[in-house]
Amino acid sequence: MVEPRLVVIGAGPAGVRAAATLARAGRPVVLIDENMRIGGQIYRQPPPGAERPPEALYGFEAAKAVSIHRALDGLQDRIDYRPETLVWNARDRVLDLNGPRGTERLVFDRLILATGATDRSIPFPGWTLPGVFSLGGAQIALKAQGCAIGRRVAFVGTGPLLPLVAYQYAKAGAEVVAVLDTSSFLTKLKAAPGLLTLPKLFAKGLYYLAQLKRRGIPIVEGVEGLAVEGATAPQAITWRHGTTGGRIECDAVGAGFGLRSETQLADLLGCAFAFDDLTRQWLPVKDAEGRASERHLYLAGDGAGIAGADAAELAGERVALTLLGDLGSRVDAGRIAMLDRGLARIQRFRRAIEAAFPFPHRFHASIPDTLTICRCEGVTAGDLRRQVDGREASEMNRLKAYSRLGMGRCQGRMCASAGTELLSHWRAAEVGAVGRLRGQAPVKPIPVAESSPGTMA
Amino acid sequence: MSERLTTDVAIIGGGTAGCAAALALRKRGLSVVLLDKGFCGAGASGVNFGGVRRQGRSFAELPLAARARPLWDRLPELVGEDGEFKATGHVKLARSEADMATLETYAQGAAEHGLDLKLIGPNAVRDAYPWLGPKVVGASLCADDGQANPRLVGPAFARAARRAGADIRELTRVESASFGGETFETVAAGGLRVESRWLINVAGAWAGKVAEWFGDPAPVATLAPNMAVTEPLPFFISRSIGVCGGDVYVRQVDRGNVVFGGGAGWGDIDLDRARPLAPTTETAMAKLIDMIPALKGAMVIRSWSGLDGEMPDHIPVIGPGLHHPRLLHAFGFSGHGFQLGPAVGEVLCELIVDGETSTDIKAFAIARFQ
Repeated sequence: MVEPRLVVIGAGPAGVRAAATLARAGRPVVLIDENMRIGGQIYRQPPPGAERPPEALYGFEAAKAVSIHRALDGLQDRIDYRPETLVWNARDRVLDLNGPRGTERLVFDRLILATGATDRSIPFPGWTLPGVFSLGGAQIALKAQGCAIGRRVAFVGTGPLLPLVAYQYAKAGAEVVAVLDTSSFLTKLKAAPGLLTLPKLFAKGLYYLAQLKRRGIPIVEGVEGLAVEGATAPQAITWRHGTTGGRIECDAVGAGFGLRSETQLADLLGCAFAFDDLTRQWLPVKDAEGRASERHLYLAGDGAGIAGADAAELAGERVALTLLGDLGSRVDAGRIAMLDRGLARIQRFRRAIEAAFPFPHRFHASIPDTLTICRCEGVTAGDLRRQVDGREASEMNRLKAYSRLGMGRCQGRMCASAGTELLSHWRAAEVGAVGRLRGQAPVKPIPVAESSPGTMA
Repeated sequence: MSERLTTDVAIIGGGTAGCAAALALRKRGLSVVLLDKGFCGAGASGVNFGGVRRQGRSFAELPLAARARPLWDRLPELVGEDGEFKATGHVKLARSEADMATLETYAQGAAEHGLDLKLIGPNAVRDAYPWLGPKVVGASLCADDGQANPRLVGPAFARAARRAGADIRELTRVESASFGGETFETVAAGGLRVESRWLINVAGAWAGKVAEWFGDPAPVATLAPNMAVTEPLPFFISRSIGVCGGDVYVRQVDRGNVVFGGGAGWGDIDLDRARPLAPTTETAMAKLIDMIPALKGAMVIRSWSGLDGEMPDHIPVIGPGLHHPRLLHAFGFSGHGFQLGPAVGEVLCELIVDGETSTDIKAFAIARFQ
């Protein structure tokens, strides 16, 4: 029997656990990743020569990070690891790669997508100034490069990443001037019982907050009307809070409003999608065992819905076992049951997290017309509203066709969420009813090149 | 839910031709119901290269293309916006002596149809367009051809038709149409029934199916263009560019993006899905570099495709059905219907209102497939 070609895309916690599980079961596997080294975003490793101790890089999560970094040790003979390689297109059973070896076509039989997530942005005045970073971007600067995004940094947005990144910056010696959370204290209080389903995680969140308070860093909950002042760089951040407001000087801002799944490859491969009301995102449909609607495809980790790194590790192993079972291998039912219990527990916690840090979608209703929504193409909120009013754009792909939103370098990865919310608010339509942008290759830009690639069959 | 409508003219398909017909018919006072399975102008009318050219067309198409050309200048007046139309000129490149001979022969024939082309020799072509690669040995220029934004033009005609009183139903997929002796009945998903004296089949890639319902032979093959675009670059490609053989074409829009295409993507009308194909895109890239070496290394940010209908002889079917004189077809534009769309609408309107058209469409009769 010919050994089936198994491919895992993404070398974060989900992809690494998936690849290791397949390899340990004796299956050769190709592991493709855009980064230079394994770990994904959460356990990202500094480039060679810039290493620091894991405790300094990952804090409480150092042991988990090291465990992921070492998960492929001893399995190298079965894992064809392709770092710095972009899967720019996928169709049927063929992947188009662009990496150090140039372009290449890779034929597969079964594929695990562990494509991870990026920050979800909400545009606010000043958000396009140099010096305003996403929360994840601010964290990567610290983790991978060992540098801070500024000297006096304000962190704004919502979600568990907000206090964590603020804490990491404070601990690294940066001056954190404020933590501005769009979720109110009351909202979080209501969600507290659900958060207690995972007391250790909850306690970590409280620890970060306590550490920030101990350092005298102002924490404001329930902020609205965020704006960054400055002509060429941030000079101050302002906000409203109830009937009052505030202003604090800063030279950099980290802003993030939760995460969004990277789903383009699932889309290009024809997976069915469904709208997730909880997180207000379109996600590829998967069954309880991690299979996508296309039966040779499997989904794991944040790319299939945000659940965090711990869940990603469990899900990565879980779908690998599903895949092995589908190939006819014997798999450990007890292990599967344990993984499923762990995933269910985290899922309950996730629902509480979403309740505690709701995506403040109503902000989109009051975005001023002059504000840029799509940075690549320079499309403003007013441009979008004019397409709705003047050209009757009622659906995202129409809005894209008329306005150019999502037509630039990022292909909507950064602006589609805001565009969708804005369209929904402007038309007073449900956000799940205004459609989603069709995925188009390349997933990320590729160069015009002469060579026609060979196919690895 | 069932709804019944009675109208003078029912139109299946909301591409540029269908919407332009709806607009023209309303101006002549006829009632119109137009049905589209998706959004108007989102099919072949909206995903094509955006070339507004007469050069290179079959001579049979030149009268219709000549009629279309002034309509592009008049878009603001016709539909309220210019569709980003610009008369940038169209240059067709020769990459061999044989190509150059082909261009010379074509230019002579085109002149007899009133289309003036300027032949450019090897030195002059490099003087005029110093960014062309060494494989280019000559060219033919149609200075008055141009380019437009296909995503805007079809929808603009649809809105103009709606403003003029046409009943335009989007997201309304036609399931069947038949002739009852006096009138046509068109049935759409959701139970909508449209009774009409006239029926226009402008259903693009799906038009062959509609034609079959009426026993008209229509060997329509599915054609999926393979398009891509780069990030914005400093503007330098002043003309819309094609080549002999048609295997690659390129234009640069004002904001700097370079749009290029060539070869075929994948498409399936039953799945209503089309995709560019990576090998096709890569081949087009290589040919693009041959043509304009400076584009090597430019970042491609997006590729796309769509569904069009292609006839065996690469020219459309336009005119009445074989069995029903009040059934009008206009389809099979074979990947180059964008420029013709506005004129096709006018021609269809004349056929209905005047019983004849001033434009020579004899070559497009469906009888040629009998």
